[in-house]
Order: sequence, then structure tokens, then C-alpha cells
Amino acid sequence: MSGELSFTLDNQPVPFQDGQTIMEAARAAGVYIPHLCFNPDFAPHGSCRVCLVKVNGRTQASCTTPAMAGQVVQSETEELRDIRRGILEMMFVEGNHICPACEKSGACQLQAVAYYVGMLASPFTYFYPRRALDASHPDVVIDFNRCILCELCVRASRDMDGKNVFAVQNRGIQAHLVINTPSGKLGATTFSITDKAAQVCPTGAIMMKNQGYGSPIGLRLYDRESVKIVGDVAQAPESAGGRRHE
Amino acid sequence: MSVEPSTLGQTVSEIVQRHGNLPTRLLQILREVQDSLTWLSPEAMDAVAKEVGLSLDKVRRVAEFYSFLYTTPRGSYDILFSDNITDRMLGNRQLLHYLCDKLKVSIGQPRADGRVTVGVTSCTGMCDQGPAALVNGYALTSLDKPRLDRIAALVNQLAPLSEWPQEYFEVTTNIRRADILLGRHFADGAALRAVLKRGPDAMLEELVKSGLRGQGGAGFKLALKWISCRKAPGAVKYVVCNADEGEPGTFKDRVLMQEYADLVFEGMTLCGRVIGARQGFVYLRGEYRYLLEPLKATLQRRREIGLLGKNILGEPGFDFDIDIHLGAGAYVCGEESALIESLEGKHGVPRIRPPFPTTHGYLNKPTVVNNVETFAVTAKIAAEGGAWFASRGTLESKGTKLLSVSGDCERPGIYEYPFGVTVRRVLEDCGARDAQGVQMAGPAGHTISSKQYDRRICFDDLSTGGSFMVFAKHRDILDGMRNFAHFFVHESCGFCTPCRVGTSLLCDLVDKVHTGHGARADLDEMRRLGRIMKAGSHCGLGQTAPNSVLDSLDQFPEAWTRRLRSTSYEPAFDLDASLGEARRLSGRDDPGAHLPDEYSAMVRLAGLLTEREAPLSDDERNLLGALP
Ligand SMILES: Cc1cc2nc3c(=O)[nH]c(=O)nc-3n(C[C@H](O)[C@H](O)[C@H](O)COP(=O)(O)O)c2cc1C
Ligand code: SF4
Ligand code: SF4
Ligand code: FES
Ligand code: FES
Repeated sequence: MSGELSFTLDNQPVPFQDGQTIMEAARAAGVYIPHLCFNPDFAPHGSCRVCLVKVNGRTQASCTTPAMAGQVVQSETEELRDIRRGILEMMFVEGNHICPACEKSGACQLQAVAYYVGMLASPFTYFYPRRALDASHPDVVIDFNRCILCELCVRASRDMDGKNVFAVQNRGIQAHLVINTPSGKLGATTFSITDKAAQVCPTGAIMMKNQGYGSPIGLRLYDRESVKIVGDVAQAPESAGGRRHE
Repeated sequence: MSVEPSTLGQTVSEIVQRHGNLPTRLLQILREVQDSLTWLSPEAMDAVAKEVGLSLDKVRRVAEFYSFLYTTPRGSYDILFSDNITDRMLGNRQLLHYLCDKLKVSIGQPRADGRVTVGVTSCTGMCDQGPAALVNGYALTSLDKPRLDRIAALVNQLAPLSEWPQEYFEVTTNIRRADILLGRHFADGAALRAVLKRGPDAMLEELVKSGLRGQGGAGFKLALKWISCRKAPGAVKYVVCNADEGEPGTFKDRVLMQEYADLVFEGMTLCGRVIGARQGFVYLRGEYRYLLEPLKATLQRRREIGLLGKNILGEPGFDFDIDIHLGAGAYVCGEESALIESLEGKHGVPRIRPPFPTTHGYLNKPTVVNNVETFAVTAKIAAEGGAWFASRGTLESKGTKLLSVSGDCERPGIYEYPFGVTVRRVLEDCGARDAQGVQMAGPAGHTISSKQYDRRICFDDLSTGGSFMVFAKHRDILDGMRNFAHFFVHESCGFCTPCRVGTSLLCDLVDKVHTGHGARADLDEMRRLGRIMKAGSHCGLGQTAPNSVLDSLDQFPEAWTRRLRSTSYEPAFDLDASLGEARRLSGRDDPGAHLPDEYSAMVRLAGLLTEREAPLSDDERNLLGALP
């Protein structure tokens, strides 16, 4: 045996370094595992559960499971696709996602992952929650209807921007995103479009004002290539319809 | 109630200082602030945040997470009815409405004079002496109408709890069957003398020999856990006793903490010696608030006789002490990593594992977390030897298990059996003569029908933390399923998608079928949801939340199918419900408006019942009994 550590992912060997998770090793090897709350710039969170894989027969989140030599990991199986599809369906019924009218459509990672796992409509009953939209900020509008509670904005604002603008409050199905000001309004914070937190949302919940529907249908980020190739909206260059400021 | 700003600031400041301004005491601080002020107003949270030196959102996160902490006003008397299925069997819903009528309050809303609120809460662990409730956190048992008449009068007279009849607060232990744990005398200090005499390694050997597995339900090999924590690098380690006992239908830890606390503390101290820890914590569920002072007294007595504190039993350097933290109404905090978060003063979302508590536990230090019963057993094993313990039980499950038996039986209470006992034997002993089924190990466990009464209670067959709820023939199994589904909706922490959303979707489907609106396709959808939740959830709560529904679909198919509409698909869309708001806005309140209040739900149920021959279920009886 050579000194290189590896596990198999859908029967292909994937090398890894000690301390890497299955997700990190797969990404480094160019193998896509669908994910939403994972973002390579942040410590893993493990809440969306889209990245589930089977590790030696047990279902686990690949973004939080350490890679270990000899692991047998399965990702693209029909069973896992159905579970991932089910989780995506849950996200779509929990919030209010009006993709055909949504400005983010076509460049939305949530939508792209939903297509990737084969979800077209949800069989589950829609919750139709009432969530107000917050347009108090001059440059940004936040639409809580599209929030999937991945906490990327929470983590970015707290850990990178040092502003702690966002938080999740309450528990269970009552859990929801809030803005940390007495009024609860984004406009009362120091939030700015150059913040990391403004770049990370995988859905259309945090949207820039004064622009929109910039790319015609057919040329939007995920129209051109599958999320499997393009990867995270937060990693794609802005010129391509992604979020990363060059 | 409004409080003068200066008094508020002073109250908060005194409490926070008593807790040494420590962020790890935040949950304890908020509990006490609320005890003084009845709820956590924005001003109170702000004052706590400033005094402790935390940001307001962190304080709010904790206050909003725990169901016994209130961020909206509550009455000075806060009465919460335990709403486990066993309380429902005893008619708690009828009593709830009765008391609300007496006090002229609606459920969950403070009365206009701010004096009282009446609400419901998850199982309070008094299933063998229900219907039960909590008043300002203190357990009330064996409620009936005469007691509620008296309670209503006491509330209206503003009588302090100390002037209420003390028998209302009496909690009996109901030990019905004792074996080696409950039956044999234990001399305080015997386990500690043994470890001093023979050393930690010899003790670990005894624990290995004993084959003891965690009694909280998961059955993790005890010796393995202690050995890995002992081996874990670091000079500071902790021992944590999990007395959260949140699984509905379980109350054996309550009995141990009430009657055998010395044994539990001795087991924790033994663990401290073995793994090299100087500090232990008991995480006591908020529902057992009444035990706090007696337990503190026991700790004090142990310090005075040299079994706790510095130089235990005169051994230089054998230092160990125990502190008690109270929970505040969150079932998920029984999960060991959520429990540790809560002990650190935070909201209880389970951590990512690995790393495990044995290497990264409380304050990221190596920590052993064990169940109350497990610690009690370790003390016995230390004193009497591993082989003695292993002589009981089965090959895979050594020793004995405490069962909390409740529901439809003549003798509810605590039963200690050697592992391997059959369900049938337990049913015979507790006087359950017409049981159609048993909910084993709580809503997260196994739903057993009479075909399975010869199965054995042990890790290799029916594993259990100890809950054993009996359903007699006249009960509707679906009442139980509905109660459990609502329980999980209420208790999901909300962190991960499959559990947060899945528990609600599953609950809606159970409700839909239970009220006679379901079709075959709904049962298939439940199975699929169950699969997704089991495979996908971040922690054991979501992974086990669908168990009772899935089991009962297999074990009691007719309980489900007899409620179905004959069509294969029935839309969840409800025209009347959707029009309800418009109708309400337009001021309509005539029957044709179909406003979706409890009254019309009852009328619909009553109609449904006359339509089919289904026996009257408890939910229905309760609801009907409460008809205006
Ligand atoms: C949602 C959830 C709730 C739990 N509640 C409890 C509890 O109330 N008491 C308990 O001892 N263990 C509970 N557990 C199990 C603990 O995580 C842990 O396994 C146990 O405390 C270990 O102790 P033991 O090995 O002595 O059983 C719970 C687990 C989950 C997932
Ligand atoms: S707003 Fe976006 S980034 Fe923030 S939690 Fe919601 S989905 Fe995640
Ligand atoms: S499974 Fe449920 S309780 Fe556990 S983390 Fe997920 S949402 Fe929370
Ligand atoms: S990407 Fe792994 S849980 Fe969200
Ligand atoms: S397309 Fe609507 S939120 Fe993404």
C-alpha cells in the first residue's frame, strides 16, 4: 500500500488528508455531493441534511463525517436520491417559494439542487407560512419566505463580518431567522452589500435592490451548466450570475 | 404585571451575582429571574444580557428555546396540565377545560388581572398518579374536580403555594417490584471504599465483567465509555448525570432521585474517581423542580459525612463535588450533547458527533454522561462485584431494568425485572387484563400488539429506557399516535430539515386520518416521511420520531384503515378552512360560515362518530365532555 489515504465513493477511490470530511475530500477530487448549508469557506453546520451519503451502510451527513481510510461511501443511489428529494420537498413546503416569479430563479442553488435530485413538485402539503418581507435596508431586501435556515448568513455575519446581524430564534417548526435589532429591521443594522453575509445565501432570501432579472432565461447561472459543474452560487463569479465578488 | 425599572434591575443583578455572573449559569439565571418576575420581558432579558456580558440575541435564543421560559406575559400562577396519553386516558382534557371555566381563562392566555394562566405541557413524569400538572414548576398529582375547585379558590384568594394543601403536591414512589437494585440494602460509602481499596483499574474490570450497558435506552457499554474518558487527554474532566427523563411514560429516574439519591450520587463520585474528574453535574428536568431542595440537602449531608467534597473518606486528593442544574422544558436536552449545551447555559441543539462527549464534552473537556439508573447500578457493582450483577439477565443484557408502568392497568408504578422478562409477564404482574397493546420505550420506541407479548425486554429484542404504557381494548390506538405526533412537533429543536419539517408533516397526516379525512395515499406518505426522517435527521429525536406511527401501521393496520375515506386520495386542501379568514373578516359567525374553531371540530367529530361504529376514543370523549 502506498502512503496515500483513500476511501471509495460510488466505487471510485477518493484520496483525502487527515482531518478532512467526506464532503471536503470529494470536492477536492472534483466529485459533486449535493449540499446547501455547507460552504467551503465555513466550518460544517450539518443542518440541511441534503448531503446525506451512506458510510459503510449507515446514512450520515457527508459534510460533518470525517473521512477515514477504507470507508465505503455511496452517494448516487436511488434510495439516497429519494431521501434527498424528500428533504428538498420539505424545504419547498415549509417556506413560500414562487420560483417562476422569483428573481433568483435560474441562479438559485436551492432550485438547482432540487432539479439535480429530480424534484419537480412536492407531494407534501404546503404550509403557506406568513412571513413579512423586510425592505428597510437601502441596498438589500430580505424575503424570509425563501429562507431555509441554513444559517450561512448568521455564521458569515457573526464570524467573518463581526457584525452579528442575523440570528435564529425559537425552536421546532417555529424556528425562524431574525435581525438582531430591537425593531427587527435590517435597515437598522450596519449590514452592507460588501459583507460576506450578503454573498452566501443559497436561495433568494437575501437579494440586492436596484437590479434584477439581469440574465435572460437560458443564460442564467444554472441554465448553462448543472449545479454539479457550477457548484455553489456563493463560489461562482458575479459576472456569471453567481455571488462571488471578483 | 409591570415592574419598576429599578426593582427589575436590582432583582436581576442580585440573581446574576449569586450565579457569579457566569454565562454557563444563564439558563439557571433566567429561570430564577422568571420566578421573580413571572415572565422574561425585553427589559428583563436586556438586564440579564448586560449583567452576564452576553449579547441580547444569545439571551433571547435561550429564553425562546425552552418551553418553561416565557417571553410573553404569564399569570402569577402558571398552571400547566401534563398532556401525555396516560393523562388523557385519565381525563385530563376534561379537567383542563373545567379549570379554565372555573377560573374564566382561555388556554395559554393570562387572565386580564394577570393572576393566572392555564396551559398544557409534555408528560411531567407522573403517569402512575395522573392526571398531573405543574403549578409554578411544582408537581401536582392525582387531580380531580374537587381538587380543582379548591385550587381555583386558592388562586382567586392569592394564597401562596405554601398554604395549599400539601397532599396536592405529594408524589408517591409506587415501587411494585424490587430486585437487586431497589431491593438490597446499600451502605453509603461502600462503593467509594471499594474503589479506594482496589483502585480504578480493578473497578473498571468489575464493570467490564458486569456487562452493564447504559440504562437510558441506547445501551452503550458502560465500561467502554468510562475507559475512553479515563484515557482521554486532559487534566480537567466532568461527570454528568442525565436526569432529564423526558421520554413520555418514564418516571423511574424520578423515583431513584427521590428515594435512592445516595446511590446515584455515589455512582457519580465513583465515576469521578475512576476517570479522574473533580466535578459532577446532575441535569434535573424542570418538571422535577420539587426534588431540588431535598437533593441539595442530600448533597450537603454527604459532604458532612465525608462522601463528597475534599479528601473524600480521608483520602488526600480524592476531591469531588456535585452541582444540580435544572432544565426548563425541552425533551431534546435528554440527548447527551444537547444536554451538555444546556449545561453550558445555552439552547439545546445537539452537537455534531464526532467528536463525542468522552473527549469533547462539557466546556469541550472529556465528559462521561450516564443515565440516573446507570450510575445507581455502578455503585452497586462496585460494592458487590461484576459477577454478582452479571448473574442476572440475558447473554447480551446483563442485570436488571426498571420499568415505569402506566396506562390501563391496576397497579401502575415501578417494576424491576431481570433483563429478558416477557411483555406478557409484565402485563400479568401489573394487572393489565385486557391490553390490546403496549407502547414500549415511549413514543420514540416500539408499538407492540398482543401478537408480540412473548417478546423479551432486553437490548437484543425490545430495548427500552423504561417506559411501558398499556392500552386497553376499549382505547383507540390512534389517540396515542396523535398524541405522540404532537409531542414530537412540540419537542423538535428545529435545527435540521427532516425533523423540523417532517414532524409537522407527519402530525398533519395523523390528524387528517384521525379526523376521518384520510385516504390510502396518506398512509403511504406517512411511510415515506418516516423513512426520510429516520435516515436523514441530525439526532435521535428526529430519527425515532416516526417509530410509533410506522410500528402501528404494521401492528394495528385496522386502527388506521377504519378511519379512511373510501377514495384513494383526499386533498389536504380544506375549502372551509381557507375561506375561514375571509368569513371572519366579514363578521360571519353563523354555522354556515364553518369557522374552524374547536366547537365545529367537535360537531364534526360527533357527526363522524354516529356515522361509523368506531368505539368512542378518549380524545373524542375528552373533547365531547368539554362541549359548552
Ligand atoms: C431525543 C433524546 C432524548 C434523550 N433523553 C434521555 C433522557 O431523558 N435520559 C437519558 O438518560 N438518556 C436520554 N437520551 C440518551 C442520551 O443521549 C444518552 O445516550 C444517555 O444519557 C447515556 O446514558 P446511558 O449510557 O447511561 O444510558 C436521549 C436521547 C435522545 C436522542
Ligand atoms: S437567509 Fe439565506 S443564508 Fe440566511 S439562513 Fe436563510 S437561507 Fe440561509
Ligand atoms: S433531529 Fe430534530 S431535534 Fe434533532 S437536530 Fe434535527 S431538528 Fe433538532
Ligand atoms: S450540506 Fe451537509 S447537512 Fe447541509
Ligand atoms: S428560485 Fe425561488 S427561492 Fe430560489
